[in-house]
Amino acid sequence: MQKTKKIDELEVGQELPPLDLPITATLVAGGALASRDYTPVHHDRDAANAQGLPDMFMNILTTQGLCSRYVTDWAGPDAIVTRVRTKLGGPNMPGDLLKIRGKVVSTEGKDADVEVSGNNAWGNHVTATFTLRLP
Amino acid sequence: MSDEKKKALEAQIRAFVGKPVGPVVVGRDPVNEPMIRQWCDAMGETHPAYLDADAAKKTVHGEIVAPPTMLQAWVMEGWAMHEGYDEPKNEQHRLHKVLADNGYTGVLGTNTEENYTRYLRLGETVKALTVIDSISEEKATGVGIGYFITTKTTFENQDGEDLGSMSFRVLRFKPANAQAAASKEGESKATAQKPSRIKPPMGHDNGWWWEKVASDGVIPIQRCTSCQKLRHPPRPMCDACGSQGFDAIAASGRATVHTFTVIHYPQFPGYEYPIVSIIVDLEEGERMASTLVDCKPEDVSIGMAVEAVIHEDEDGFKIPFFRPAAR
Repeated sequence: MQKTKKIDELEVGQELPPLDLPITATLVAGGALASRDYTPVHHDRDAANAQGLPDMFMNILTTQGLCSRYVTDWAGPDAIVTRVRTKLGGPNMPGDLLKIRGKVVSTEGKDADVEVSGNNAWGNHVTATFTLRLP
Repeated sequence: MSDEKKKALEAQIRAFVGKPVGPVVVGRDPVNEPMIRQWCDAMGETHPAYLDADAAKKTVHGEIVAPPTMLQAWVMEGWAMHEGYDEPKNEQHRLHKVLADNGYTGVLGTNTEENYTRYLRLGETVKALTVIDSISEEKATGVGIGYFITTKTTFENQDGEDLGSMSFRVLRFKPANAQAAASKEGESKATAQKPSRIKPPMGHDNGWWWEKVASDGVIPIQRCTSCQKLRHPPRPMCDACGSQGFDAIAASGRATVHTFTVIHYPQFPGYEYPIVSIIVDLEEGERMASTLVDCKPEDVSIGMAVEAVIHEDEDGFKIPFFRPAAR
């Protein structure tokens, strides 16, 4: 099993490996339904069009789930997420390439804050700060 | 809106602060493996503690746990959400309706904060109580004036054990943009366009230059037809002889970096960051501003040899860039 990072292995400013994630209709709809979010704009293009957007767009829980995966894939299975602060930006839609980047922004005791950004052709989709407790 | 009317509206909306949105929501299903697996499939999640009982034993969790960001999913309404709510069903809807009826028709999620007390274990039932926590003063924002509404949800299990909390902030606003307002009323359905590069102004003096880039796939350099002097960027009159006659030659594309800067912020939609912005000395002697591509910011240096490449954006717009010269 992957080893979990220790707090003294982290440095403020350290970058996580980048992840470029192609967004598909299946991912948007699949993520929404996996989070039990049946709001039509997350699985029905016509409903999104009626709100002025060209396509169905990702719900917040899916975005957070993807970012959480990104952070713990890097930190390891024993890193515990204790807090997530999310700033929401533009939409994320099928055909977009979501560029997920992360860096360590602070450490204190066994806790580290990792700032994750997700950008696509529309600009910033999400900026989320994950607080991790490391073993 | 008159001061009096606004006062009355604010009194009406402030009466919602502190109110629970509705009764405690009890998760339909206890925390269970099928829903966790479905979540992990969609998220591309391979965390051993979410998916594999044996592997989970070897983690700090000691057993299968649910992904932390799934917390809210356990109490989502599910299928019924697809019907929307023309008629308000709870206090939050009623608050939003009061604002919508007063012209604050736009709604935008802006921030969330989740605190996870611990990860959820199989068999736990999640209960959530959401309260309207605060309403801001009226604020001027980029999308229009409005109120930030913060709701706070606390999560417990069936035994009343604290599982975590969530704050969710939305902006309820009067759309500043008339088109957006019209589309709300169903008069015109304006569809947002994907942002692209900001186009240069193309007028009488320089439009020909951009057209030539697009049609010939070269970097044109303006030349005085009277004294043959080259000039760039394009302008109407030769600074040597005063002639307004001109034609153009095609640059070879070979150049060296005169100076550069790396742009990280501010980030505009439609561009890839960071941008290595360069001024090059063209082999022909003229100087031009461009972008260096296929080169990491740390690898650019003054004097480095570069070669032109005509870049085409997704929308078909063509623009000359440079890349490190092939050796």
